[in-house]
Amino acid sequence: MDKFSVYSARLVEKAEYFACGHRACQGCAEALAVRLVMKALGRNTIVAMATGCMEIVSSPLPTTAWEVPWIHVAFENASAVISGCESGMKAMMRKGKLPPKKINFVAMGGDGATADIGMGQLSGALERGHDFVYVCYDNEAYMNTGIQRSSSTPWGASTTTSPAGKISKGQYTQKKDLPKIAIAHNIPYVATACPSFPFDLMEKVEKAAAIQGPAYLHILSVCPTGWRIPTEEAIKYGRLAVNSCVFPLYEYEYGRYRLTYRPTPILPVREYIEGQGRFRHLTPEDIDAIQKRTMAEYDKLVKLSEEG
Amino acid sequence: MAKERKGIEVSLALAEAVGQADCDVISAYPITPQTHIVEHLSELVADGHLDAEFVPVESEHSAMSVCCGAAAVGARTFTSTSSQGLALMAEIFFIASSMRLPVVMALANRSLSGPLSIWNDHTDTMMVRDGGWIHVFVENGQDAYDHVFWAFRVAEDSAVRLPVALNIDGFIMTHMIEPIDFEDDELIKRYLPEYRMEKPLHPDDPVSMGCFAMPEIYTEAQIARERALVESYATCVNAWEEWAALTGRRYHPVETYRADDAEYCIVTMGSLGETAMAAVDELREQGEKVGVIKIRLWRPFPFDDIYRAVAGKDTLIVLDRAISFGGPGGPVALELRSAMCRRPQAPAIVNYVAGLASRDVTVDDFKSIILGGKAKAAEGDLAGFTLYGLRE
Amino acid sequence: MARPIDEIKWQDLEIGATVSEHGSSREYKTGTWRSLRPVVDKEQCISCGVCWLYCPDAAIKRSDDGHFQADEEYCKGCGICARECPVGCISMVIEED
Repeated sequence: MDKFSVYSARLVEKAEYFACGHRACQGCAEALAVRLVMKALGRNTIVAMATGCMEIVSSPLPTTAWEVPWIHVAFENASAVISGCESGMKAMMRKGKLPPKKINFVAMGGDGATADIGMGQLSGALERGHDFVYVCYDNEAYMNTGIQRSSSTPWGASTTTSPAGKISKGQYTQKKDLPKIAIAHNIPYVATACPSFPFDLMEKVEKAAAIQGPAYLHILSVCPTGWRIPTEEAIKYGRLAVNSCVFPLYEYEYGRYRLTYRPTPILPVREYIEGQGRFRHLTPEDIDAIQKRTMAEYDKLVKLSEEG
Repeated sequence: MAKERKGIEVSLALAEAVGQADCDVISAYPITPQTHIVEHLSELVADGHLDAEFVPVESEHSAMSVCCGAAAVGARTFTSTSSQGLALMAEIFFIASSMRLPVVMALANRSLSGPLSIWNDHTDTMMVRDGGWIHVFVENGQDAYDHVFWAFRVAEDSAVRLPVALNIDGFIMTHMIEPIDFEDDELIKRYLPEYRMEKPLHPDDPVSMGCFAMPEIYTEAQIARERALVESYATCVNAWEEWAALTGRRYHPVETYRADDAEYCIVTMGSLGETAMAAVDELREQGEKVGVIKIRLWRPFPFDDIYRAVAGKDTLIVLDRAISFGGPGGPVALELRSAMCRRPQAPAIVNYVAGLASRDVTVDDFKSIILGGKAKAAEGDLAGFTLYGLRE
Repeated sequence: MARPIDEIKWQDLEIGATVSEHGSSREYKTGTWRSLRPVVDKEQCISCGVCWLYCPDAAIKRSDDGHFQADEEYCKGCGICARECPVGCISMVIEED
C-alpha cells in the first residue's frame, strides 16, 4: 500500500518553523502543508502571507507561530509585498547596506487570495520575474470566512454561497486551473503538490526555492471543516484526490511537464467524492460527469508529460 | 550633484531629490499628473545615476504593497500617485501607517472621479486624511524639492517611523518650470543619514509583522499609532530647523503673510498660497487689514501654531479645495471650526470651496472671496460653505 | 512570556505591533481543545515517525525511548496519527477531564 511510501519520515528536518500552539482546526491539512513547506524552506526564508486561515491561526497578537521573518499586509497583495521584500533586500545587498545572504522569498495565500482577489498581483509579480516562490494552499473555498465558494471550488461542491438546493448542484463552474495560469507566464517552475505526499511536496518546495526566478506551487490542502469529512481523514482524502487523478501531481520545469506520481491503479473519482459532505447531493450521473472530465484532463497532462 | 540653481520642471526636481536621497526601492504605477516624477526616477535608475530597484507594478494597490514589503526589510522606499491611484491603494495606505513603515509618497493632488477629471484639487488627499500618515503640503517647487529630504528624515526617525505624504498640487505645481536651488550630495548626506531600521524582517532575527488583533488589543494598537502621529510633531519641527541651519530655507507647520497686524485672514493649503499673497498685497493697498495663513502641516494637526496664527483675528476665510459631501463644509474649515470651538475670542469662520479640478482661482477671485467672506462674517452668515464661481 | 492579552497596555506593544518573540504561539496550549486522545501501543510501534510527519500541529514528540508520542499540551485530538499509523498501533480514546 502507498502508506509505506512515507516510511523514511525520520530523514525529515526536525526543526519546526511553524510552531505548535497555532489555532488551525483539528485535522487541518493546510496547517500540515505549511509545516512541511517550512521544513523544506528552512530558516533563511522570509514569508509574506495573505489574509486567510493560516494568517489568522498563526498570528493573534501578542504571539506568533512563525519561526522565520513573516509579514502579513492584506488579503490580495502577498505577491506584491514579497516583491517589495525581495527588491529591498536586493538593492540593499547590492549597495552594501546589508551583508549578502541567500534568502528564500516566499509568498503564501489560500485559493481565494490566489485565484480570486490576488490574481492580478500574482500575475504582476510572476511577470516581473522576482526571485520568489508563490505557494497557494488550495482548500477549494473561503474557509476562513465560513466556506464561501471561490473560483477554485470544484464543480458540484456545496458551499455557503454555492449551496446545493432543489434546483442547484452547488458550484456550477469548473475549478480555475491556477497552475496553467502560472505556466502561461513562462516562469521557470510550476508544480502541484499535496501534503498527503510529503516527500514529493518537500522536494518540489526545495526545487522551487533553488530555481532563480519566480516559481509557483499549488498545494491541495484538505479542509475537514469545509469538506465535511472526519478530521482524521484529511490525509486520506488528499491521497484519494491524487489517486483518482482529480488532483494530479506534476511539475513544469523550464517548459517541460512531468507527472511526478502516476497512480496505479487509478481509483474511481467516486471513492474521492462519496464520503465528502460537500458532494453528498450529487447523483451517480453527476459523478460520472466528473469522472469523464477528470480523465480527459488527466489524459491531456499525460500527453504533455510524454512530450517532455 | 553639486549645489546649483536650475530652471526645471518641479516633478523632475522632486525625482532628482529622491535620487539624491539614495532611495533603495521605488514602486509606482503611471497616473496623471504624477507621471513625470516616476518617469524621471526610472530614467535615473536606467542611467545608473540612482542605484535602486524600480518596481513597475500592475496597479497602485501593488505599488503601496511593494513599498510596504520593501520598507519592512529596512529599505528606503518611495512611491508617487494621484487621485484614483490613491483610492485604489487606500486599503494599504492605512496598513502602512499601522505597521509603522516609513514610506514616502509624493501625492500629486488631483480630483477624484466621478465625473472623471484629471485636474487638481484636494479631494484625493482628504479621502485618506484619517489614514495615520504625516501629511505635508508644499507651495512651490523649492518646497517640493526640500520636502523630499524632510519627509525621509521625519519618516525614518526612530521616534516616528511613520509614512509621509508629500502633497503637491497636480499640474499647477508638478508641471511648472521653476528656478530651484539644488543642494550638493554631501549636505544631503549630513541631513539624511543612511537609514537603519530597528527589527526589520531578516532571517537572523525573525519577527512577525502585521499580526491580527482581537478586540482585547485592537484599541491599544490604534492608540500607539495615534500617539506616534501626534508626537511626530516635534520631529517635524526639528527637521525643519536643521534644514534651515544647513540651507537657510525655513519652514513652519503654519506660515503667515502680512498677518501680524491683520484683522482678518484668508487660510489656504498648497500652491494657492502664492496667489492669495498677491491678492492680499493688492487689498492692503486698498486699506484692507488682511493677511494670509498657510497650513503646511496637515497631520499631525498643528493646533498650537494655528492658535498663535489666529490670535487677535476677527475672521478667518477658509479656502477649501474639496467638498465633504453632505457635511457642514470643506475639510479644512471643518477642522478649524472644531479647533476653535469654545475658545475665548475665537475668530468667526467663513468657508469657501474653490478651484475644484483646477478651475482657475486668480488674484481677482481671491480678492472677491476675501471681501465676500468679510461681508458674510459681518452679516453673521457663517454656516456651511459657498461654492465660489458656481454657475446657477 | 507574553502578558495575558487583556493586561497589555498600549506602551507594551512593539512598534507597529510587531512580535519579536518568534514561535511564541507555544504559550497557547491547544491541548485543551481535545476530546479524543491518541494512545500508542509501544509494543507494536515501529518508531517510523509517520505520525510525526503527518501531524498538522507539530504536536508529536520523540520520547527518550525512541517512540513518537503526542504532546498532550498541544495535541488537538484530530486522529490523523491513528488513521495514518502503518502498523495501527495508535488508538483514540475519550479524553477524561
